[in-house]
Amino acid sequence: MRFIEEYRDAQAARKFAEAIRNAVTRDWTIMEICGGQTHAIMKFGIDELLPPQITLLHGPGCPVCVTPVELIDKAVELASRPDVIFCSFGDMLRVPGTKGDLLSAKASGGDVRIVYSPLDALQLAIKNPDRQVVFFAVGFETTAPANAMAVYQAKQKGVQNFSILVSHVLVPPAIEAILRSPRNRVQGFLAAGHVCTVMGYTEYEPIAQKYHVPIVVTGFEPVDILQGIYLCVKQLEEGRAEVENQYARSVRREGNRPAQELIREVFEVVPRKWRGIGEIPQSGLGLREPYWEFDAERRFPLRTGSVEEAGECISGLILQGVKKPYECPAFGTRCTPEHPLGATMVSSEGACAAYFKYRREAMPHKA
Amino acid sequence: MCLAIPGQILSIEGDDPLSRTGKVSFGGIVKDVNLAYVPEAKVGDYVIVHVGFAISIVDEKEAQEVFEYLRQMEELGELQEQPA
Repeated sequence: MRFIEEYRDAQAARKFAEAIRNAVTRDWTIMEICGGQTHAIMKFGIDELLPPQITLLHGPGCPVCVTPVELIDKAVELASRPDVIFCSFGDMLRVPGTKGDLLSAKASGGDVRIVYSPLDALQLAIKNPDRQVVFFAVGFETTAPANAMAVYQAKQKGVQNFSILVSHVLVPPAIEAILRSPRNRVQGFLAAGHVCTVMGYTEYEPIAQKYHVPIVVTGFEPVDILQGIYLCVKQLEEGRAEVENQYARSVRREGNRPAQELIREVFEVVPRKWRGIGEIPQSGLGLREPYWEFDAERRFPLRTGSVEEAGECISGLILQGVKKPYECPAFGTRCTPEHPLGATMVSSEGACAAYFKYRREAMPHKA
Repeated sequence: MCLAIPGQILSIEGDDPLSRTGKVSFGGIVKDVNLAYVPEAKVGDYVIVHVGFAISIVDEKEAQEVFEYLRQMEELGELQEQPA
């Protein structure tokens, strides 16, 4: 496919890897924020092309992984109601809550359906006026325009049996939370190309300045990621801390204005709890008051309250780049994609699942 | 979750800006895609699509820049093996 294949060209990838090797004079630690990039790094063996001085840490950019356990419990509770058709993207179905997952709710008779777009859930509500249709609105800024449009159209069309269970999260506050942590090891970031396609990258400029950290907006194919790493390394070696855009074929500095306008129309910035990390102020999106009628948590009396994360899963430390998956004693033994202890092993974009699939015998990479 | 892939617009239907929809081909697989967020998109354009919505139009000139960058690095000798 055009605009994918050419960025998987092995020769171009090797050339960027060579350029990285030539540019590096000391150890650097770089974090890719996005789980999609984590998956690509493992799948294509990008980490194995890098010189030993470069350590890649995997960030919290996996919405499946950071959706708090009480939201999963609320989703399961809603999905178990006989009057509800519960719609979700497929990758949320196996995330464990404290009372099972959406797949077990479906097995117990709940009407759980996988949809490709939130507009499909809205259509389902229009076609089933006697049922309540709830869509699980998770994701970063990339997914927010689609979810905003579904709610906006529901209001325009007067669809009264549609609502969303919201767990939207924002990238810049998460980057700041990582940089403020006393345990932070990250010296440069690859920012998520599709989040920036929607939001642009002006928000990242003050972060780069304040913490003196280079941030390179990066695409998702091997050549993109390697060029992103190269640009980041070059900045680190030269002592620069700027925001650069490697993914200019999709990302403009100001982002997608119409998408941002609809996000602002429907959502407002709220504090959000991140699974494994805890609450980060101003790090999520919630529905604005004129759209509260579409908020599933307000529409349905839910029993699920606040839930404390328990067990031996260390996904919080992994999502913050403090530990690698193979440093978890349960990795690959008590915790596998078939029997996950935590969300980072469920989602294909979770660091643990990516390591399990592509680096079963994962060992720290040394050239 | 933030997976988005490029596809080419084959046709466009609808006058309402919110529900303007395109038939978009992803290597031969054709899907309906909402074009509300790319109002200037036209037939033949490549768009980046995420959960049924086009979120940007691929800038074909910028798409070549990655390889232009490599070519310039080669000219500057930045890709030659360094002595160990």
